[in-house]
Amino acid sequence: MFSPHTPTEKEEMLRAIGVQSIEDLFQDVPKAHRFPSLKLPPPLMEMEALAEMQNFADGNETCRDLISFLGAGAYHHYIPAAVDAIIRRGEFYTAYTPYQPEISQGTLQAIFEYQSLIAALTGMEVCNASHYDGATAVAEAVNMAVAHFRGKRTGIVISPSLNPQYTETVQTYTRNSTLALTGFELDPFSSPDSLLPLINTNTALVIVQYPDFLGRLFDYRKLIEAAHQSGALVCVAINPIALGLLTPPGEFGADIVTGEGQPLGIPLSFGGPYLGLFATKLEFVRKMAGRLVGETVDIDGRRGYVLTLTAREQHIRREKATSNICTNQGLMALASAVYLSLLGRQGLRELAELCYHKAHYTMQRITELPGFTLKDPQPFFNEFVIHCPTSAETINAHLLEHGILGGLALSQAYPNRPGMENLLMIAVTEMNSRDDIEALASALAEVSHD
Amino acid sequence: MTEPQLCEISVPGRRGIRFPKPDVPLTPLPESFIRKELPMPEMAEVDVIRHFTRLSQLNYCIDTGLYPLGSCTMKYNPKINEETSRLAGFANIHPLQPIETVQGALALMYELQEWLKEIGGFSGVTLQPAAGAHGEMTGTLIIKAYHHSRGDLQRDKILVPDSAHGTNPATSAMIGMRVVEIKSDARGNVDLEALKAECDQTLAGLMLTNPNTLGLFDENVEQVVELVHQAGGLVYGDGANLNALLGIARPGDLGIDVMHFNLHKTFSTPHGGGGPGSGPVGVASHLVDFLPAPIIGVIEEGDDETPPLYGFVTPKHSIGRVKSFYGHFGMFVRALTYMLMHGAEGLRQISENAVLNANYLLSRLKAFYKLPYDRICMHEFVLEGRWDDAPEIHALDIAKRLMDYGFHPPTNYFPLIVHEALMIEPTETESKQTLDDFADALIKIKEEAHTNPEILKTAPHNTPVRRLDEVKAAKELVLCCGVAPETE
Repeated sequence: MFSPHTPTEKEEMLRAIGVQSIEDLFQDVPKAHRFPSLKLPPPLMEMEALAEMQNFADGNETCRDLISFLGAGAYHHYIPAAVDAIIRRGEFYTAYTPYQPEISQGTLQAIFEYQSLIAALTGMEVCNASHYDGATAVAEAVNMAVAHFRGKRTGIVISPSLNPQYTETVQTYTRNSTLALTGFELDPFSSPDSLLPLINTNTALVIVQYPDFLGRLFDYRKLIEAAHQSGALVCVAINPIALGLLTPPGEFGADIVTGEGQPLGIPLSFGGPYLGLFATKLEFVRKMAGRLVGETVDIDGRRGYVLTLTAREQHIRREKATSNICTNQGLMALASAVYLSLLGRQGLRELAELCYHKAHYTMQRITELPGFTLKDPQPFFNEFVIHCPTSAETINAHLLEHGILGGLALSQAYPNRPGMENLLMIAVTEMNSRDDIEALASALAEVSHD
Repeated sequence: MTEPQLCEISVPGRRGIRFPKPDVPLTPLPESFIRKELPMPEMAEVDVIRHFTRLSQLNYCIDTGLYPLGSCTMKYNPKINEETSRLAGFANIHPLQPIETVQGALALMYELQEWLKEIGGFSGVTLQPAAGAHGEMTGTLIIKAYHHSRGDLQRDKILVPDSAHGTNPATSAMIGMRVVEIKSDARGNVDLEALKAECDQTLAGLMLTNPNTLGLFDENVEQVVELVHQAGGLVYGDGANLNALLGIARPGDLGIDVMHFNLHKTFSTPHGGGGPGSGPVGVASHLVDFLPAPIIGVIEEGDDETPPLYGFVTPKHSIGRVKSFYGHFGMFVRALTYMLMHGAEGLRQISENAVLNANYLLSRLKAFYKLPYDRICMHEFVLEGRWDDAPEIHALDIAKRLMDYGFHPPTNYFPLIVHEALMIEPTETESKQTLDDFADALIKIKEEAHTNPEILKTAPHNTPVRRLDEVKAAKELVLCCGVAPETE
C-alpha cells in the first residue's frame, strides 16, 4: 500500500539478489507454517478507511457533546491550537529517539526545554525525558528508591489517597518481590498523619499525592520530616496545573516528584498516550531511569545537546540497567513544553486560579442542595468529593439523561471498600462555564427533591 | 546559528494564550499553600511557534529521508493516521466515561485485539502496555505468574540470546529473574548445544527475537521452541522484528507462547522523537487468564437488531494493571487505520517488500562491506563497519559521514556480537532509487576511508552541529536551562 515499487523494479531487484521470486526469500521459515492464510477483510482505500474510523468515532459521546465533570487522573482542559501545530510537524513526530545528535538537535533541545520547565514547575533539580504516564512514573520511583538503598530497605509506604490505579500499577511492578507495600489499605479519607506509624528504618519510600486522589490539599512537611528522620525518601505525585498555584513539592522537601502530564496540552484520547513526569534531586540522578539530555559543545565550540549518563540505560547496561525503559513519551513531552511556553508565568497561574474558583463555586452550589454535603472539609484545588443522598451511580445515570457526565462514583475506584456508595468525585476545569455548573446543580436538585 | 533557550527568549510581561475572566464568584485562595514564584517563560505565541519550528528544522526525519535504523522499523507514517486519531469522537473522550457512551472506542479496541490475534496466531491480547519494553515486562510477568500458578516456584531463569535487544535482559532483571545469556552459532542461530545445557528445572523461559537482530530467521526455531517447552519453560517472542513476518509466519503457530507487538514499528504509528509507542501483548490459550486487567470484551451479545455491548473484563488470574487506563488509545486508532488499509494481502506485501528491500540493499553492498553471516536476510542485515586495510576507521566514522550525504545512519555498535556493527533496516516504504542512492553513498564512503580517511574522522561537516563533546556533557551535567553547571 505504501511501498513505491513498480512490478518492473521488483523484477530488477529480485534479479540483483539472484532469486526467481519473492517466495524464495522465505526458505528459512518452516514450510508447514509459511504463508498462512489470514482471516482478515480485504483492504480499504484511504477514503473508505477514514469513513470506517469516523463510524467508530461516531459511536462515542464526547466531553464536548456532554457537560463533563469527570477527572480522577485525566482532565478536560483547553488545548491551544499552537500545541498541535508544533507536534504535527513531521520533523518532530517522524523522527526517532535522538541517538545521532548532529541531526537530532531539534528533539534534543526540545527535551532539554521540557526538563527545564518541569524542574522549575516542581521545584526540583533534574527531570528525565518522561515515563509512560502518572502510574508508571510512581512505579519507577519505587524502583529508584529500592536501587538507592541497594535493596537493603524493603518498605514502601503508599498513601491510601494515592490514585488507586497508581497503587495497582506499583503492585504489578513489584509482584513476587521482597518489597512490603503498606498504607494503601487504610481509609482513603484518613490524613497523612495515619502514615506516620508505618514509617521506620526499613522504609525506602513514602508515596503521597498532591492534591491527593480525592482532590484534597495537605501540608506534607511533618510527614516528610518524619520520613527523612528515618532515612526514607519521599515521592510526591502531582497534578501539574495545580502547581500553577500551589507551593511546589521541591520547596517542602520531596526527593522525587512524579505526575500525570496529560493536563499539559494532551488530549483525553480515552486514556492515552499521556505523559509520565519524573523529577528528582541531582544527588539521585545516577539512579534515575529514563533518558536525560545534557548541554555541551561541538568540536567547533557551538552549543549543542546530547543524551547523557546513558550508562544507566538498557542499551548499554543490559541486565544491570536502572530500568528497562526505552521508548518513552517524547512527543507528549514536546506538547507539554509548548503548552507551558504558551501559558507562561501569568497564564499558568491564571488557569490554575480559574479551575480553583470554578471548582469552589460548583462545590458551593451543590452543597446548598439538601442532602448533598462536602465529604471532607480539607482545602482542595479543583476536585472534591460530595456525599450524596443516594448512590452516586444512580445520580450519574440521572445526570447522563441531562447530558452531564457527573463525576466518578467512588464505588468504582474502590470496589471492595464499604461506605463508598454515595460518594461522587467531581472535577471542574476552565472548560466548565457557569451555565454548565448551574445545569449540574439543577439536575442534582431534582435528585434531592425525589 | 544556535537556537536560544526558552529562558533566554523570555521577556517579562509577554503573554501567549489568555483565558477568559472567571464567570463565577471568587473564593479566597488557601494562602498557606500558595507558591511565591512561578519561574515559567514569558513569550508571545509567535515566539513559541518560531522557537519550536526552528528547532524542528534541526531534525532529520522520515518525512525528509531514509531512516535505516536496524530493528527500529522506521517506515513512512501515513498522514491519514494523524487525521483519524484526532477525530473529535476519539480525542475528546474521557477514559472513565460510562461504557454506554464510548461503545465506538471499545469496539475499535476489540477489533484491534482481534486483528492482532489473527496476525500473531494468539488466543488473547492486551492492549495496555505503553511500549515494547513495557510489553516485555508484561509478558515476562505473565510467564512468572504461569509458573507460580503451577507451584513451579523454582523457575527463575530467563535465557536471552547474545544477539537480543538490551531491553530483554533489563526487563528480566527488573522483574527479579536471573538472566543467562545463550550464544549464537556460526550461522547466527541460537546455539542448540548451549541452549540444551541450560534447559533444566529452573528454566522459566527464553526470550527469542525472530528474525533476530542479525536479520536472520532462526533455521532451528521449531527445535529451539521444543527444547524450551520440553524443559517446562515458555518462549517469549520479542515482536520488534515482526515487520518481516506479516502473512509470512504467525509466531503463535511456531509455538511462541507470548509476544509483544510494537505498533510504532510494524503498524506505522510514528516514533515521535522517542515515543509514545504502544506494545500490546499476545498470548497462547494457556496464558489468557493471566493477562493484565482490564481487557476489552463483549459483555452482552448482540443480535440482528442490536450491536453487542463492549466493556471491560478482568481475566481470572490477571497479573493486575501495568499502567493507568487501557493503553495508548491514540496509537490504536492509527494502527487499526493502517491495518484496515492493508487487509490480509496488503499485510503480506508489507513484509515481502521489507525483505525484498533489505536483500536488494545487501546485494549492492556485500562486495564492499564485510558480511559476517552470509545468508538470505529478512527485513534487516548487519555489516561490519571496518576494513583491515583502513584500521583507523570505525563504524562510528562511517555513520557520521553518511550524514554528509544526507542520510540518517544505520544503528551502529549493535548487535554486540558483530565487530563495529552497522545494522541496516530499510523498510518496505523506500523505493529502489532511494536504496541505490544510499548504497552509492556507502560505497563512496568505503573509497574515502581508503583515500581520505580524515574526511570520515572529522565528519559530519554539513550538519547543524558537528561531533559533540559527550564527556563534557556527562561531567558538567547541565540538565536545565539557566542552572549553573555542577561539577562532579
